[in-house]
Amino acid sequence: MTKYSNTKATIAIAKASFRSIIRSPSAVVFSLAFPLIFIIVFANIGGGAVKMDVGVAKTSDTSRSDSLYQRLARIPVIHMVKDQSAAEMAKNLSKGDIDAVIDVQKSNVAPYYTLHIQYTTASAQKDAVLRSLLNSMFFEINSRGNTVQQPIAELKESTVHGREYKYIDFILPGMLGFSLLSSGVFGTAFVFLSLRLTLVIKRFFATPVKKYSIVLGEAIARLVFSWIGALFIITVGHYFFGFTLVHGFITVVNMLILSAIGLIIFMGFGFIISGIAKNESTVPPLSNIITLPQFLLSGTFFATTAFPSWLQVLSNILPLTYLNKAMRDVAFEGAGLGDVTHDLLILGIWFIIVYAVAVKTFKWE
Amino acid sequence: MAKQPIITVKNLVKNYGDFEAVKGISFEVYDGEIFGLLGPNGAGKTTTLEIIETLRDKTSGDVTVDGLSIDHDADKIKQRIGVQLQSAGYYPNLNLAELISLFCGLYGIDKTANEMLEKVALVDKAKSKYKELSGGQKQRFSIATTLINNPKIIFLDEPTTGLDPQARRNLWDLIREIRDSGTTVVITTHYMDEAEELCDRVAFVDGGRIVGIDTPNHFIDKLVESGFERKKQVKLANLEDVFINLTGKEWREG
Repeated sequence: MTKYSNTKATIAIAKASFRSIIRSPSAVVFSLAFPLIFIIVFANIGGGAVKMDVGVAKTSDTSRSDSLYQRLARIPVIHMVKDQSAAEMAKNLSKGDIDAVIDVQKSNVAPYYTLHIQYTTASAQKDAVLRSLLNSMFFEINSRGNTVQQPIAELKESTVHGREYKYIDFILPGMLGFSLLSSGVFGTAFVFLSLRLTLVIKRFFATPVKKYSIVLGEAIARLVFSWIGALFIITVGHYFFGFTLVHGFITVVNMLILSAIGLIIFMGFGFIISGIAKNESTVPPLSNIITLPQFLLSGTFFATTAFPSWLQVLSNILPLTYLNKAMRDVAFEGAGLGDVTHDLLILGIWFIIVYAVAVKTFKWE
Repeated sequence: MAKQPIITVKNLVKNYGDFEAVKGISFEVYDGEIFGLLGPNGAGKTTTLEIIETLRDKTSGDVTVDGLSIDHDADKIKQRIGVQLQSAGYYPNLNLAELISLFCGLYGIDKTANEMLEKVALVDKAKSKYKELSGGQKQRFSIATTLINNPKIIFLDEPTTGLDPQARRNLWDLIREIRDSGTTVVITTHYMDEAEELCDRVAFVDGGRIVGIDTPNHFIDKLVESGFERKKQVKLANLEDVFINLTGKEWREG
């Protein structure tokens, strides 16, 4: 008798699982159709409730209680960024990470306030909103009980040129993360639960196959499917919606590596759910407990900076937040995997936690 | 027939917590026979089978399969046996040909799907899904998956439950063919006419013990010798014979 090959068994399972996935309507809908629909919808309506991050120059007057600065800071959609150096601010402005930089100067003669503001072409849409906001504010200040010709405050504008950060650059990595999350959690939980309940796994155990071959085979199939989905989403995003891939092919490869890392962690949640679920109808609620909060709070549609700070604390715990962040850094800022080690470290901690629980809860029979 | 034991079970005990499912069972299965494990539900038949198949741990006792101990050589035993589980499903969304190639991978055997499906007359269903098959076709397909690794022994757990008389007879023919090609068959069933017709020897299991083991003929003869008489005079045919006579012997697919 020839020697038994575990690799052959693993590949056979991967092949079977892949065939099964591509024939299952829910997998295709969740991984391809949903993200695509979201991208098409959101890329066309633009980023609604996004906050504007405005850098405040160190030289700016921010002290006085009734200064122009304080009026600006009270505008709800404006988020003041004060903890960056001038160089950082200039860099972030050109990338569109902050939407404008202001510098308020006070004087004893009219105009008493001068607002120097730098816009960026990288954030042209938001700057248009900011500009009209400021114009109406200055009009109000200068016309308030002022009979003299001299204006109280003056606006001095300039614009830097940066790479335009389109909403697609924000939404696409988020959609990719969401697709990985749902495929990893729902798909894995459903497959392993149903294989267990229908005794498919028991029948497998009557063959010489090893347990790791079963898990590995399933993981390979899901990974290949997710990669195909990711490539599809990236391709459509890039060619139809102008999704930015700074280093082209290398960026895509980095995104695929991140996808694999994310998928493996999310599959861990799926293993846990398949272990604690009693039957197939308990899978969706359990999976939603895992996926919905991340879907909403991990910066899939809106930057988490738009959330109140107590909610941001929650966002900053979730694994999808870090996957999304790493994806965006890689895709838009051209970061390599070595530049997102902080995000990868937190994902690594999640990996350990999730699989420690999965090993305890997973059931074969 | 050379009476060479291929499975030996000695004092097999299986406890589930406080419940003793199997209470010290001993028996032998001979090479090349069809051996029936008979008994009411909950008698311990399936538990005993699954221990021999290395799918379940025993509490105590000794079991050897083809000279290998289930304690040390579970993997080798798995390569030499074929197992059909009671009411087991198959990998979802795959057709029969794909399922066969999956099992070929699991057993590490190179065979074509057609080669296996031919043995159970399902070649024309190669592109069908398992769930689209009729009851009899499902059972024949299950048997095909047990034959992939050219096993010395196959285990069939209630393969004919729920089948109509024609499908049942069709499956008996298939099981006899498998036995005649040299494979030992261990089968469980609730139908005594089936055991009488099909099995070379049977063991009766009740309450976790074996209460008798012999050929069906000997069992019947002994009972008659003891003065047993059926309340109703046996006729030369029964209602199933009428059914087959009226509806024809050939099996309808579907």
